[in-house]
Amino acid sequence: MTGPLDPTAIGVFVALFALVTVLGFIAARWKRGDLGKLHEWGLGGRRFGTVVSWFLLGGDLYTAYTFVAVPALVFGAGATGFFAVPYCIVIWPILYMVFPRLWSVCHKRGYVTAADFVRGRFGSRTLALAVALTGVTATMPYIALQLVGIEVVIAGLGLHLSANLAGIAIPLPLVIAFAVLAAYDYTSGLRAPAMIAIVKDTLIYFTVLAVIIVVPAQLGGYGHIFASVADAKLLLPAATAGSLGAPSAYATLALGSALALFLYPHSITGILSSSGREVIKRNAILMPAYAVALGLIALMGYMAIAAGVKAMPAYADGFKAFGPNFAVPALLLQSFPAWMVGVAFAAIAIGALVPAAIMSISCANLFTRNIYKEFIRPDCTELQESRVAKTTSLIVKAGGLIFIVALPQTYAIVLQLLGGIWIIQTLPAVMLGLYTRSLHPWGLLLGLAAGVGTGTAMAGALAFKSATYVLHFGSLAVPCYAAVAALAVNLIVTVVASVALNAFTRHHADETLAEEYV
Amino acid sequence: MADRARRGLRLHHLLLLLPLLVLWVPFYDRAEPALAGIPFFYWYQLAWIPLTVVLVLIVFRLDRRLGTGP
Repeated sequence: MTGPLDPTAIGVFVALFALVTVLGFIAARWKRGDLGKLHEWGLGGRRFGTVVSWFLLGGDLYTAYTFVAVPALVFGAGATGFFAVPYCIVIWPILYMVFPRLWSVCHKRGYVTAADFVRGRFGSRTLALAVALTGVTATMPYIALQLVGIEVVIAGLGLHLSANLAGIAIPLPLVIAFAVLAAYDYTSGLRAPAMIAIVKDTLIYFTVLAVIIVVPAQLGGYGHIFASVADAKLLLPAATAGSLGAPSAYATLALGSALALFLYPHSITGILSSSGREVIKRNAILMPAYAVALGLIALMGYMAIAAGVKAMPAYADGFKAFGPNFAVPALLLQSFPAWMVGVAFAAIAIGALVPAAIMSISCANLFTRNIYKEFIRPDCTELQESRVAKTTSLIVKAGGLIFIVALPQTYAIVLQLLGGIWIIQTLPAVMLGLYTRSLHPWGLLLGLAAGVGTGTAMAGALAFKSATYVLHFGSLAVPCYAAVAALAVNLIVTVVASVALNAFTRHHADETLAEEYV
Repeated sequence: MADRARRGLRLHHLLLLLPLLVLWVPFYDRAEPALAGIPFFYWYQLAWIPLTVVLVLIVFRLDRRLGTGP
């Protein structure tokens, strides 16, 4: 028993959950389109305007796992966890400059995935397959981690209903939540998470507002909160003569995470579902509201330290089961009345459903377009295409569920860490591809392989426990996010191989036109 | 398509490089000057959020007026 089993908190939680379930099914009729077409089911018919896109992208990118793991990192490790803020800041100029081009070319050519674009731009289905597989592999563990967010709050509520199946305890609330999610996703496609995201983000903003008003007042102000954190945690250890130290790791982590973010299939699905390139530009201006929320949520890690929840016997079981990930639920339980705990926990749980839905839809789009249609049934009809996607989204969700129930949580965390390192390796094909066709598809493929290989080897050398690999330049040690170092290897290989290959082979298979990008 | 022909990068797009300054960690990895008890490290990085909004907004407006942009 980790939580108090409070009927009010559970009642509010269940009621909000029921509300989004109803919305999930109603969404099928919203902005009505033929759901037997892939771009209607999997991209919401590309009809979402600025406001809906704002909610959808926000619900998509700022996941429950982010809301639990970032403050947990601040709670456990201190200043390092705040990298989420510079990471968010670097994202928006990239979104503004680069991704309207992707939207335009995908809209004009009917592309549904990033791999579709790569296929059209470089004329190589092998490269497109590599991009698609990288996307699916990087996203799957991310879906599994969303479940951790739900698990933590369910434990916080004290709901421990489980059934025993072949020696494995099946947590029933988690299974029910996911089955319901799978059902309305299947029926409504991307319209479901888009509509639910509106509820989710409203609850998140309400919770954040309540936290920054209520908690500092209880704890004696921000000055007192920071004063109760050990000095060693408050700042990053400075660079030394022989090493650039923690600041270098912090900066590369922020940069690498920002470059990787919009390469994830679920981000691209969010971007492509908007109704125009102007929508993306406006969202580059409006989205930072979420960065403010995330910064304040990160500080909840310190609030949990100041509130002293770690030492309280009431939360001992929770910390034992979930480690620092229990810091935020414990803080909320400690600071809020029962009904507000219900609201806040619902915000986190629904905050897991929205990205999990979009992630599984985007994996389904990738499988259907770039594997099924490309390699298995090139002559499939539009209706068959959308059916395959719907079924795939179910399989993907079941996979995530099995992953988190049957295997230790560390597997999902390690794979998600690797996923970040892998997905960034599609940057040359997807992002540079928006500006140039002169890279050779085999050069891009070699670069992708080199990047994935290098990055995985670096993480392996760290026993998959960390992503900060120390590079040595002469006598200077430079701690660097492995994804960034591997991307550098990828770019060098891509460019060198492309120059060499272009000298020997002619390659002009680009089906897109320059004016389709603007 | 006359307005599309003018699309492209101009000098004002360099403004979008400024947020990269938030990656210069040694500049702000310190406690002072604190703001209302919040160490410099934290409020400086948070302050970049509204600054970035303003920068992107300026570029957005200029792009609209000049018909330039991504």
